Amino acid sequence: MSKIIRKAPTEPFKPQPDDDLIICRCEEITKGEIRRAVHDGLRTVNEIKRWTRAGMGLCQGQTCQRNVQNIIARELGISVADVGMITGRAPVRPVVMEVYANDVVDKEEQR
Amino acid sequence: MIEKSTASVIIIGGGIMACATAYNLAKRGVNDIIVLEKKEIGNGGSCRNAGGVRQSARDVRELPLAMYAVKNIWPYLGEELEADVEYRQDGNLRLGKTEEHLDILEKHTAKSTSAGLDVKMITGDEAREICPYMSKEVIGASWCPTDGHANPLHTTLAFYRKALSMGVTFISGVTVYGIKKVKGRARIVETDDGDYEGEKILLCAGYESRKIADTVGIDIPVEKELSEVMVTEMEPQMFSVMLGTAESDFYGHQTKHGSFVLGGMSGGELYRTKSERFATYPLTASCLCRGVIKYFPVLKDAKIVRTWAGWYDVTVDKVPVIDNIPEVPGLTIAFGFCGHGFGISPAVGIAVSELMLDGNSHTIDISNLNYDRFKAKA
Repeated sequence: MSKIIRKAPTEPFKPQPDDDLIICRCEEITKGEIRRAVHDGLRTVNEIKRWTRAGMGLCQGQTCQRNVQNIIARELGISVADVGMITGRAPVRPVVMEVYANDVVDKEEQR
Repeated sequence: MIEKSTASVIIIGGGIMACATAYNLAKRGVNDIIVLEKKEIGNGGSCRNAGGVRQSARDVRELPLAMYAVKNIWPYLGEELEADVEYRQDGNLRLGKTEEHLDILEKHTAKSTSAGLDVKMITGDEAREICPYMSKEVIGASWCPTDGHANPLHTTLAFYRKALSMGVTFISGVTVYGIKKVKGRARIVETDDGDYEGEKILLCAGYESRKIADTVGIDIPVEKELSEVMVTEMEPQMFSVMLGTAESDFYGHQTKHGSFVLGGMSGGELYRTKSERFATYPLTASCLCRGVIKYFPVLKDAKIVRTWAGWYDVTVDKVPVIDNIPEVPGLTIAFGFCGHGFGISPAVGIAVSELMLDGNSHTIDISNLNYDRFKAKA
């Protein structure tokens, strides 16, 4: 992660006409919510995720990550490469707890 | 590019302790602060825990911080920070399945009660009245009605956002190497981005604080230990108590969002994971699922969406070090929270700001968290 200097916003938040556009479909997070968070000082995809829940749903950001990155980069006037990526998390697809719990093979049962 | 690298206060570490302290310092009029963070704000334990705001089963040395936070800060924190920190004060059940478990719980309960906390032992059936989804395997529990939980991600970032709006400067992506004294006082913070200079320096960088403190000759016995958390998909609202177990095989709660956040360990972490990577251990999530299903069979069909890991900063005696260092005037340290720092973090912010501005913590008693308590055997 490159160096980022963070200071209090100097201008008030400016709404845009398409702020109610849904960006994260799983968690129904809008463009306006993401822009607002960026305005308030959250600067990376992970910080936006932790603050707004964009990218925290069932698809784990596989659908919205690129859009979130682009919104942050555009708001700040920086490169997409400087806003980071959502940290990949296991499991790749949601797994039922009873199945996840079953990684121990019971030798007695097998016989 | 000329930019500011001097300030009244330099804070090393950008987690919840740093953000809460920066906020409290700014509240008292000191906002000429630079917070130095290696990666992202709250990237360590601050955003990797399951959000317990608990007083029960705490070491009595850090209980004053927990009790002060629950009584005076948590109920109003969301309003103060202008954010939803999702605080719920609906009690904490610490569950036991065997006689040995009950022994552990009774010992904790006796200690906490003598320190003035309202916590008591209840039977399995009484526990099931509070939380009806629990299995019959639970034979007893400790119950602390004033405990609760909050959202650690929101709380950390809300402290950050508020401190930022009050004029504090945060710089992320800067790695601190060490501290240098000038004329006997801690003054310079050496980083991969050059030197930063402050009249006062706060070191609160989790387990990585140890090697930074070592550069001014202070060694605090703290080690890192991996712990993991997992989260389910959204479920119907079932209960809002905070849960723990005597054996500490898992802990967690249902969030406002509806997902269950469940944390724990699979055993032997201290010996298994010395890697620098923040990676989950392959056996842990499965182990946690088994643990949870035994207590809550109803959750067996819930889907796990995500798992993640974080480092505890564990001191040898399992409570943090929060103190001024007389050998290094100008240096204050606050680390070694051992995996139970989140719940007390708003109180730590007050205590540390007083240590730095007034020389001692007069609102909350932290005298047992002194840095020079570690003695060699006689």
